Amino acid sequence: MLGVMYALVAVGFTLFFGVLDVIHFAHGDIFMLGAFAGLTALVGLKAAGLGGSLLALPLTFAAAILVTGVVGVAAERVCVKPLAGTSPLMTLLATLSLGLVIRESVLIFYPRGADPKPFPQLLPQGGFEAGGVAIRYENLAILGIGLAAMVAVDRVIKGTKMGAAIRAVAQDPEAAQMMGVNLDRTVDATFFLGSGLAAVAGILSGLYYSEIHFIMGITGGVIGFSAAAIGGLGNVYGAIVGGLLFGVLQTTAAALIPRGSEFRDVVAFAVVMLFLVFKPSGIFGEKSVERV
Amino acid sequence: MSSSHARVAPTRRELLQGASALALGVAAAPAAAWAQRTTVKLAFIGPLTGGTASNGLGGRNSFLLAVQERNADPKARYHYETEVLDDECKPTVAVQAALKATSDPAIVAGVTHYCSVTAIATVDTYHKAGMPAMVWGAVLPEITYGHKYVEVTRVNGTMINQNNVAADFAVKTLGFKTFALIHDTTDYGRAHAKWFGEFLEKAGGKILTTQGTAKDQKDYAAELTRAKADRPEVVWYGGLTPDGVRVRVQMDKLGVRAQFQGTSGIKSDTFNETVGPSAEGALAFVEGAPTEKLPGGKKFLEAYAKAAFKEPSEAYGPFAYVAANLVIDAIEAVGPDRAKVAERLKRTKNASTIIGPVEFDEYGQNTVPLISKYVSQDGKWVLWEDSEYASGKRTLPGHKFKKM
Repeated sequence: MLGVMYALVAVGFTLFFGVLDVIHFAHGDIFMLGAFAGLTALVGLKAAGLGGSLLALPLTFAAAILVTGVVGVAAERVCVKPLAGTSPLMTLLATLSLGLVIRESVLIFYPRGADPKPFPQLLPQGGFEAGGVAIRYENLAILGIGLAAMVAVDRVIKGTKMGAAIRAVAQDPEAAQMMGVNLDRTVDATFFLGSGLAAVAGILSGLYYSEIHFIMGITGGVIGFSAAAIGGLGNVYGAIVGGLLFGVLQTTAAALIPRGSEFRDVVAFAVVMLFLVFKPSGIFGEKSVERV
Repeated sequence: MSSSHARVAPTRRELLQGASALALGVAAAPAAAWAQRTTVKLAFIGPLTGGTASNGLGGRNSFLLAVQERNADPKARYHYETEVLDDECKPTVAVQAALKATSDPAIVAGVTHYCSVTAIATVDTYHKAGMPAMVWGAVLPEITYGHKYVEVTRVNGTMINQNNVAADFAVKTLGFKTFALIHDTTDYGRAHAKWFGEFLEKAGGKILTTQGTAKDQKDYAAELTRAKADRPEVVWYGGLTPDGVRVRVQMDKLGVRAQFQGTSGIKSDTFNETVGPSAEGALAFVEGAPTEKLPGGKKFLEAYAKAAFKEPSEAYGPFAYVAANLVIDAIEAVGPDRAKVAERLKRTKNASTIIGPVEFDEYGQNTVPLISKYVSQDGKWVLWEDSEYASGKRTLPGHKFKKM
């Protein structure tokens, strides 16, 4: 479950890196914003008498994807594009600052933003036991939605004209432009797609944990980026594998190592460090033909 | 005679002028008195943002209420101004806030810290600066018992008393025998686990697992799955509200059928609001009595309501209120001198306050004898003795699971 959420955030990081060679450090806070946008949409739907309807879930996802997509595109235009000719460190700093702005804005402007917020249960409750492990219908639904989102990204990238443009820009922006690809539109689409996936992850996190908090993007962002790095920055499938692997690493460290709960992040991030030292290009390496 | 009489009998205009002047004089008298008083600054430090902000804001409001009341008191020798600082419940931020307060010579004393991690981190800062700081919420014993600094005192109790009562209650009164302990790895969580574990074993309880987790950890699946394998009767969490919320919610998700017991750190309205129906039957323990049952609790709650603060006073608001009053009393008695105020505060004996008599031991620790037991009932923390669980109308989740 953890891995699915990490993977969705990681795909965003890898898309941005693949297309523009930027590390978008506000992405973790966009993940948080997606969760809050989803919650706000749910409150609105409830007020409109649609809170318990079958439409509530798709409408919540649609509203949150729209909000984070627009914020993601705006982030690119404000923090990435104007700094294109400068040092990559400037983009890093700008996106870090944007993340702080988003986080503090939620804290200040969302009603009682400092408190954890209960997230409504929209998925079927109940479940069954298999081999001593409690399996909940809700968890299966979350897993299904997460996997569907990943398949959808795959379809968009491999099966649409915009996906082809994204892949072309990732491989060689100048050649892509010469072939008639609109660079601005492609970059916008990439940021919309990546940020929308963060919203999906944010809502899934809310549905799974039944609560969201304004600080959830800090760890979510760092882990998402680490997962993308493990998988190979720039490779969508690497990000998915990296996300799943990171989740497995954390959980097995906590479950199998004595006092492992205290060291779960130490173990997981130590593995990230090892990857960066011994295989900096990540599991899937840096093969330009596969890049995004 | 007539002329003299004419002078004594005022005209209607003179009467109006006189009355107006008198009214103005009466109205302006307190302002004039304030203007004549020397201004003294007090600091408040607590978590105003972050996961424990609800407790911090309740403490801040209670502190401000005490200052407002004293400023309105015509007998007060000084006029009090306040500097409110946010420690975010983070040690590094708390040290910065403490440095800011102590480096302002106008600030004579502070009412400081709800979180143990921040209170313990700033003890040396107050000592080096010689600024009296009265802790209003943090429960780690070392905050007062780890040194002999004259500057640091604490109006609330420590976690030692709290865990003694909590362990005895769970084992001897409720009859639970097996426990899975989960705690955050801050000084606060570790110390709670240490003291609760010690008292639990003395009471005859058995600890099946003890697992430390990072503060602000999101996922407890691994810890709860491991705990579940041992089939504990109680899952005990030593940490603060945001993490306590996650542990309780995820217990249900993972099918952990056990009683949930927490510390004073989860006793907040936010816990009940965020956990929702699953909070029902959760246990928490807090130093002192519920605000409405305190000797001056009713008066405090009325004054708090009249002041129309946006946030509730929460469990530790009365302690912040008492701390502010004790600090002000000391300043009124010895003047706005940090060293003299610190000496005076440390020697507090039998002070009459809304939480009852306050008396500091040689370490500056209030020897609060009372610990209150709470159970979550219908979305509210209810004193155990007043609850339907105590009267037998309802059954605790842990007792239901035992019968299954």
